Amino acid sequence: MSNTATMDSKTAWGGNNESPYGASYGKLMMWFFLISDALSFTGFLSAYGFYRHYYGSLWPSAENVFTHFPFMHGNHPLLYVALMTFILIMSSVTMVLAVEAGHRMDKKGVTIWLGWTLLGGAIFLGSQAWEWYHFIHGTELGAIELGRGTFALPNGTVEHTYGVIARWADDSKQVLLLPWREIAGDITSPYIQLTGQALTEAVANGKEIYGANLTHNEYGHPLFGDFFFFITGFHGTHVFSGVVINFIVFINVIMGTYQKRGYYEMVEKVGLYWHFVDLVWVFVFTFFYLV
Amino acid sequence: MEHSHNTHDSHAHAPEPYKYAAHHSEEEGKKTRRMIWNMFWVLLAITTVEVTLGLFWRKLEISWAAVKMTFIILTVAKAYFIVAYYMHLKHERKALKNTIIIPFVLFALYLLYHIFTEGVYSEMMDKWFF
Repeated sequence: MSNTATMDSKTAWGGNNESPYGASYGKLMMWFFLISDALSFTGFLSAYGFYRHYYGSLWPSAENVFTHFPFMHGNHPLLYVALMTFILIMSSVTMVLAVEAGHRMDKKGVTIWLGWTLLGGAIFLGSQAWEWYHFIHGTELGAIELGRGTFALPNGTVEHTYGVIARWADDSKQVLLLPWREIAGDITSPYIQLTGQALTEAVANGKEIYGANLTHNEYGHPLFGDFFFFITGFHGTHVFSGVVINFIVFINVIMGTYQKRGYYEMVEKVGLYWHFVDLVWVFVFTFFYLV
Repeated sequence: MEHSHNTHDSHAHAPEPYKYAAHHSEEEGKKTRRMIWNMFWVLLAITTVEVTLGLFWRKLEISWAAVKMTFIILTVAKAYFIVAYYMHLKHERKALKNTIIIPFVLFALYLLYHIFTEGVYSEMMDKWFF
């Protein structure tokens, strides 16, 4: 064909080899990948939001689940996850500083800031492992997963108890708190307090569980555990691959690959990915831990 | 987009920089760094407000619905700052901005719409199971 003969790289697609986006192919493809990835997380988090409201008070409140802080005893709701959030935001800052240093061809600057970013990512991953450990391990007190049966609500309606998690009111194990599904979104909904005979029966018919896995969860509905493992796990996989990619780029920076090339766009591209990981965590933090 | 190339000796023999690769001068760098740290304080402030609200909203006598909406608004604000400034989208060309924002927002809303409307079937499922 005569057309193909004249089709050189300068006139390709009639665009004079110019990107209509004013961005390189690599950067553009990173953005497109991030859109599709963002949609996956949108799906996970909206599914989470749906079930969280559907199950009302059968759903555990994150501030009652994640209460540990390393080397400290007692109850510290949200504190550790707030620290993790801070670490990830901080690593996003060091990443954007590495990108900025790259724009000035400052090899030393890129090395230092990318190094801090790697450290931040590693600390975050460790924190997540620690959080998983405590969630899987559970509390010493445990909870009772109720067996088949029914109970009457104060308004007369009858609810099933099967699979419902009743938690102990305190360490003395004298009172079990039996939640029921309240109006969607009402996290202050009340519990029925089981004592005496009702308590003995509930314990006899149910089973004691400690910690959480994919089918049981001492803190509340097992779906909470599933979503927790799945969403934070998927996010953690992103953090892990981000750390690996950052490390590869870090080695390249040290070897002077980009200095020789004349530009540090690769740092910018992995930077986009790293900010995205931080961005997802911003949403996970809100919808999983706060709401 | 800035295309001003700097004149470091270190890469005087390097090939011509790729035209889409951004470079900037020492002064522009200073300005960018100031912006980065300003944004950091903004993000930190928003996170602090969120955590404080999460811990103390019951004492403040605000309704849970209001707290929840505040969380969502603050989160979207945080997302905007990260995408616009750290991911530099604010300073990209209009074509690129639209290509990224519009499909995502449309699909996200579509997904949320289906979850909220089709969600009624879970109630039915629940009855079938027991």
